Amino acid sequence: MFDLLDYASLKFIWWILVGVLLMGFAITDGMDMGVGALLPFVARTDTERRIAINTVGPHWDGNQVWFITAGGAIFAAWPAVYAAAFSGFYMAMLLVLFALFFRPVGFDYRSKIEDRRWRSAWDWGLFVGGAVPALIFGVAFGNLLQGVPFHLDDMLRAHYQGSLLGALLPLLNPFALLAGAISLGMLTVHGGLWLHLRADDPVAGRARTVVTRLAPAVALLFAAAGVWLWFGVDGYRVVSAPEHGALSDPLAKQVARAAHAWFDIYAATPAAMLAPALGLLGPIAAAALSAARRPGLGFLANALGMVGIIASAGLSMFPFILPSSIDPRSSLTIWDAASSQLTLTVMFVAVAIFLPIVLGYTIWCYANMWGRVTAEGIEAGSHSAY
Amino acid sequence: MIDPTFVELSRWQFAATALYHFLFVPLTLGLSWLLVIMETVYVMTGKEIYKDMTRFWGKLFGINFALGVTTGLTMEFEFGTNWSYYAHYVGDVFGAPLAIEGLMAFFLESTFIGLFFLGWDKLSKRKHLAVTFLTALGSNLSALWILVANGWMQNPVGALFSPQTMRMEMQSFSQVFFNPVAQVKFVHTVAAGYVTGSMFVLGISAFHILKGRDLPFMRRSFAVAVGFGLASCLSVIVLGDESGYTLGDVQKVKLAAIEAEWRTEPAPAAFTLFGLPSQEKQETEAKIQIPWLMGLIATRSLDTPVVGLRELIVEHENRIRSGMIAYDGLMKIRGGDRSPETRTLFDAHAKDIGYGLLLKQFTENPAQASDADIKAAARATIPTVWPLFWSFRIMVGLGFLTMFILATGFWLNAAKKLERHRWYLWLAVLAIPAPWLACETGWFVAEFGRQPWAIGEVLPTFLATSSLTTGDLIFSLAGFLTFYTALLVIEIFLMQKYARLGPSSLGLGRYHFETAKRPHPLPAA
Repeated sequence: MFDLLDYASLKFIWWILVGVLLMGFAITDGMDMGVGALLPFVARTDTERRIAINTVGPHWDGNQVWFITAGGAIFAAWPAVYAAAFSGFYMAMLLVLFALFFRPVGFDYRSKIEDRRWRSAWDWGLFVGGAVPALIFGVAFGNLLQGVPFHLDDMLRAHYQGSLLGALLPLLNPFALLAGAISLGMLTVHGGLWLHLRADDPVAGRARTVVTRLAPAVALLFAAAGVWLWFGVDGYRVVSAPEHGALSDPLAKQVARAAHAWFDIYAATPAAMLAPALGLLGPIAAAALSAARRPGLGFLANALGMVGIIASAGLSMFPFILPSSIDPRSSLTIWDAASSQLTLTVMFVAVAIFLPIVLGYTIWCYANMWGRVTAEGIEAGSHSAY
Repeated sequence: MIDPTFVELSRWQFAATALYHFLFVPLTLGLSWLLVIMETVYVMTGKEIYKDMTRFWGKLFGINFALGVTTGLTMEFEFGTNWSYYAHYVGDVFGAPLAIEGLMAFFLESTFIGLFFLGWDKLSKRKHLAVTFLTALGSNLSALWILVANGWMQNPVGALFSPQTMRMEMQSFSQVFFNPVAQVKFVHTVAAGYVTGSMFVLGISAFHILKGRDLPFMRRSFAVAVGFGLASCLSVIVLGDESGYTLGDVQKVKLAAIEAEWRTEPAPAAFTLFGLPSQEKQETEAKIQIPWLMGLIATRSLDTPVVGLRELIVEHENRIRSGMIAYDGLMKIRGGDRSPETRTLFDAHAKDIGYGLLLKQFTENPAQASDADIKAAARATIPTVWPLFWSFRIMVGLGFLTMFILATGFWLNAAKKLERHRWYLWLAVLAIPAPWLACETGWFVAEFGRQPWAIGEVLPTFLATSSLTTGDLIFSLAGFLTFYTALLVIEIFLMQKYARLGPSSLGLGRYHFETAKRPHPLPAA
């Protein structure tokens, strides 16, 4: 139909686009999750909680679509990854889903009944819906970096080791938990900065205290994860493979496990070091700016920090998406897990048209709903606000 | 080897989560346009009562929408978690409409919905109307892409199997999009959603009219719903007939199963109004038939026969034998055989590879299947007939009941006799669940009628699952049922509480429950 780009370039572009969707998710919905995770700690009375909730009230649903679209894009661009990862992390996926269930109903149903226990129950629901997925997403990345125990059979069906809790517990290993802590930390900081920017005191002040303490810890944990990755986690390296533009066949390549292999990219392309540098400096700058009462700039700094952290994980593994720890040959890379050239082209055109439109109306919505959320505003609109 | 219990549990989980999600979708589709109509009248006339109507029905819309979002999340990920071989095998085609749905429709709907609820004081009248319109447009576009994806499962056009990548690959995106099954399904499904939204507003308004509460508000709501509903219901029925025609063209098995037509009847075929289909005897007992009708619906002609199930089974047996040759060739190609003879033979039988895969439930190597296995696989190419036969009739019956209620309501309302016919108002209240039941049975007909295929004639359902264990599935199914049941109880509790409260729930001080306590009631609008 079209012949815009050659197959290898399209595969590379889709690696970037999936990264962009994940970053978009962290920056937008990550903020809502952070607000959820902070809710019981920065807001004590019902009015304070409603202030916090209503800073994200009009936007959380649109923000969540970044997550859903990232899932859909992985399905369309990397069907093999969608198939192997989502079923291989079955219990973790269920945990994320069940936690996310609390959010739509938490936001919409909480204010429908005036009762302390009812509202406090939904507050905890929003806390779980924010904190649990934020943690699990990091844990998933930590596991990707260590390799996942799956293999592909001759019909390219994915099989895994372990089941039920037997599959969940190894996922929660120390390195993965460290990655989970980074993820939870950076999203919580992000939510904190948003509250500092948009909520009235005392919520904003408490959020500021959290940000100034937690953001430096995120930078520290990120550095620690880098050191651990160098000394304690073997990477993967493609030994031989068909050319990048070949039809997708994961089993046609040879892969080796090697110490420090996850740092290959930084030697080959020194510019890649920008990503971890951003990951370190972003949260530190965010803490400083929040302390200096510049939460808007702090929010941007933390967003850049999250971009750096996500990009570091993606770049380190390049070109791997899902390395296999039990059968390295079955590992999925951006070159052999991709959809056909036509599908990648159609999807690229769709993204090129719709992503700018989405960004445009998203900004329009934020601009129209701008303004500090205050106790007076909440009490005046008690039948219409969340 | 395939564990039938595991496959059954996977199917139960998908059916439960999809049918549950589909409890919330139709109301969203229909109510969103009703809100657009009400708010448009408000913007054009400036009458506050239409703003109150938009806000009150919008509240109920929100209670429903929250669970639509919750249960929709599951659907986006369930193909990967529970149908991972399906995701691998057809993701190249099926993933695209799903991803485009996210980009084009779901973003639109979800970004603006928050402003619909919370933007009344922040946005100008026109801006707010635009927000409501874009939310409705987003919901409906969302349905379009989902039905493009679903239509492809029924009638997988525009794609070819590739032995190198071991999956279906897209050949033409426009064929996938303009798939006739998808297009007909889309219009039939969204129109059914419009009817659901209308019957919901109609029933609740009727309840308040019966109680004599907020009459100006409820009469206007009734009038909007009955007009929109009647037009939509007519299109559901006309397009349902169009679906029948499309089925006769591309999904012969489903059509024959719905009609319990075991043998090809001389054209034009009769329509079986009532009967007791028996799978073992391959007969339908105690039939009551309307001559000619079936042939007319399915073929739009008097001389084209509608093929019966027994003949289809024979046809499928031949395709299974051809599929065995294709499977053998596939294994040779995947084993490294690059000879042109193998490839030519494979290509000649490639369209039947899916039929060859059907044998996998009986033997590890379909190329070596015994004659008994082939016969058993052929018999299993048709779904169990009686659930289809009956759910189809329930759907159609409810469709006509709904039509009767809407047409009567339209007439009574136009003749200003509504309040005198209390029997009718009660009927409208009691019929609130009817469109839901029709939607659910319709969805069941579409999906159960596709069995034994996950993707029609391409990928058998039992092969499409993930490599999980029965224990995993019991755990997740229990989890979904627990969460969903608890959430549904909460949703229904809130829905009936706010529906009974009526516009008084807006806290404006001018509706029934707020004014009744005051000595001097405020004017109602």
